[in-house]
Amino acid sequence: MDKRLERILPKVQKPARYTGGEYNQIIKDKADVDIRVAFCFPDTYEIGMSNLGMGILYSTMNELPYVWCERVYAPWGDMYEEMKKANVPLYALESGDPVSEHDVLAFSIGYEMAYSTVLDMMDMAGVPIHSADRTELLPLVIAGGTAALNPEPMADFIDIFLLGEGEEMNNELLEMLHEAKLDGWTKEEFLKKAAQIGGVYVPGFYTPILNNDGTIERFEVADGAPETVQKRIIADLDKANFPLNPIVPSTEVVHDRVNLELFRGCVRGCRFCQAGHVYRPIRSKSPELLVEQGKALLKNTGAQDITLLSLSSSDYRHLSGLCDGLLEYCEPRSIGLSLPSLRADNFSIEIMHRLQKTRKSGLTFAPEAGSQRLRDAINKNVTEEELLNTCRLAFEGGWNTIKLYFMLGLPTETDEDVLGIAKLANQVLHTWRLYAKNKNRGVRITVSTSCFVPKPHSPFQWESQNTMEEYIRKVNLLRENIRAKNVVYNWHDPQTSYIEATLSRGDRRVGKVIENVWRAGGRLEAWSDYFSFERWMNAFEDAGLDPSFYAHRPRAKDETMPWDVVDVGVRKAHLWHEREQAYKSELSPDCRKQCSACGAAKLLKGGKCDG
Amino acid sequence: MDKLRLRFSKTGRAVYISHLDLMRTMTRAFLRAGCRLKYSEGFNPHPNISIALPLSVGCESLCEIMDFRLIEEKELDDILKSLSVQLPEGIEALEVYGAERKVKEIKWLKISGIFEYDERDAAEMTEKLNAFYSRESIVISKKSKRGVGETDIRPAIKEIGFAQEGNDVRLDAVISAQEPTLNPELIADALRQLTPETAPDFAKFRRLEIYDENMEVFR
Ligand code: SF4
Repeated sequence: MDKRLERILPKVQKPARYTGGEYNQIIKDKADVDIRVAFCFPDTYEIGMSNLGMGILYSTMNELPYVWCERVYAPWGDMYEEMKKANVPLYALESGDPVSEHDVLAFSIGYEMAYSTVLDMMDMAGVPIHSADRTELLPLVIAGGTAALNPEPMADFIDIFLLGEGEEMNNELLEMLHEAKLDGWTKEEFLKKAAQIGGVYVPGFYTPILNNDGTIERFEVADGAPETVQKRIIADLDKANFPLNPIVPSTEVVHDRVNLELFRGCVRGCRFCQAGHVYRPIRSKSPELLVEQGKALLKNTGAQDITLLSLSSSDYRHLSGLCDGLLEYCEPRSIGLSLPSLRADNFSIEIMHRLQKTRKSGLTFAPEAGSQRLRDAINKNVTEEELLNTCRLAFEGGWNTIKLYFMLGLPTETDEDVLGIAKLANQVLHTWRLYAKNKNRGVRITVSTSCFVPKPHSPFQWESQNTMEEYIRKVNLLRENIRAKNVVYNWHDPQTSYIEATLSRGDRRVGKVIENVWRAGGRLEAWSDYFSFERWMNAFEDAGLDPSFYAHRPRAKDETMPWDVVDVGVRKAHLWHEREQAYKSELSPDCRKQCSACGAAKLLKGGKCDG
Repeated sequence: MDKLRLRFSKTGRAVYISHLDLMRTMTRAFLRAGCRLKYSEGFNPHPNISIALPLSVGCESLCEIMDFRLIEEKELDDILKSLSVQLPEGIEALEVYGAERKVKEIKWLKISGIFEYDERDAAEMTEKLNAFYSRESIVISKKSKRGVGETDIRPAIKEIGFAQEGNDVRLDAVISAQEPTLNPELIADALRQLTPETAPDFAKFRRLEIYDENMEVFR
């Protein structure tokens, strides 16, 4: 171990997250590989190690014999300070070697608040943050993840964005890079050829031309680069590589359990939801394979909990059988099976009964909006009756803790809709009074609200976000109307949501803001410990940009969006249609009832979703 | 099945795994090895394992002991073999055997240490350290849950000697493992408090062996 590290580690909190050496880590001989990848997650070890996507791609990249892919996470503040003091550069966990010795820095960017940490990690590695300042082929800086689906805010820093699911695309790129490195291509040559790989977006080849008002007139596309870049998907998940030997952290992480992915995509089409649109089309895994993989995962890790992941697990067609198959293995071994993202319906309660036989921990539902009118407008297909019925079954079944999540500031929202949240909470309480099995235990209903952030590639991408003042006004309205002592109301601070809204629909100019924030010491901004609203405001001012332009400005129907270069499958016209439906408070059918030809099916060879 | 004992070492990168994390790491390794641990009864069942003499983070050890019970009969050798391949880097299973003696009977610990001096002469320091530790009594202030108190660490040290090793000074000592427990760090802390000019820039420690009251190796 590095002498300097040996002196630092005893001084910092939870040093085991900085050492590597965990069971199932992949160690290769660096003399045997040609390409070394530093797979960087711009947040802490605890968050990164809980990320399923990162685990999958770590495994697929390492399948290439000439590649060694290692993990890198952002150190917490205390470790960061110590590393700076002792001049220790950012290093990869498996080998302990500095990131600067790697050929590729691959960032997985799941959320916008991680942007400044990406810059910080490059800097800690001693790599120039601007793509233009890295004139050699290596190190190459690439990025993927959900936040990359609007690549523009980070376009000045990243050489290549990989859009969509990476299992195949990453390796195609690495294969080309392998050839490029051995044959001594220039960076320019490589980028040109790489732009021909499906899903690859080379921001340097696209120049946004602005109108006087700051909106985008058009993109000037360099010769040979595609006009739009279509995201990649894995067509058949049953055949895709899924690592059955994930790394077992030696220290506690956020989700200390193994994850089993049921399907990708979503049949629902909630209009506020980015994930529900960008991960389309829906593709599921077979229940037999899932049971087999679940058992193998548990055996190979010794984990005592397993989670079934997907955007809306109740929509998995074979959920009941799958649970039975897994429970058969889990129950006698005291292994916990958990199922987040359940819909509020009877079926879910029946499943939860089976999963939480002994311990009835809380139930969480996300009606998102308080009134039926607004729930229809956002296409959240859940009725009050269904929700109350579900609560009744839950109370009868012995649950006494229910969490309800809502958003404030959804398009078309009125004060009546806001008050609907209080009403709904009261009705849930009333349901408890009528039906609870054992009232002595009391009840706890938690209502949480957050400030809605309009996201790219969703039907609400044209919408304005509520100002912070407006959000607070609605919060106060709600506070005054939630009076029962069994109902607790939590609201999220709107400052982070505001910044998130400026970044998520940001254009290329926003890169300067991110850089300013980083230069002023901003990193790990997703953490309230480190987030500074003032720093962001100053950064906007220094960049000569108005944050409100990005967050609060309603876009015209035909405005060119910064992310229009990215084709996620779903057509813009479909999104607009869904937006219009919202303003009419009209529901659209889910994919299983009726395909609304959103466009995502074109990504599949047969052209038909598992609808 | 009877109570069993695993002897293992913890070195290299594994020294940063905390006591609590080690319990979980071990539980998982046992599960992977197909050895099903006996669980406690009650509302929130957890595996009935205990690791003697919690090791501080950063300290190496060649003589750790963990007691456990399995729910099914297994050959001791098979347990050792299957467990060996399931441990993270730096943790090595050395022996599995029936736990006959009580952990309470452990009294002495043989340890070694490396004291690093960045700008001072190791030979000179060696001499000074030996002189310092030949005192009869070494009273230092020590933080505890009840606040700062005074404690004499010398009676908890049975044998101690320093020798030059390249640019460093090597410590060899036999110290009290429990009642009282002497954290080896205090050997360096005493220097920081009482003779700062001989305090090392960095010190690290390693447990070598455990003994009972009569200095018989404990198993
Ligand atoms: S193509 Fe049809 S079935 Fe497929 S995701 Fe779009 S709306 Fe749903």
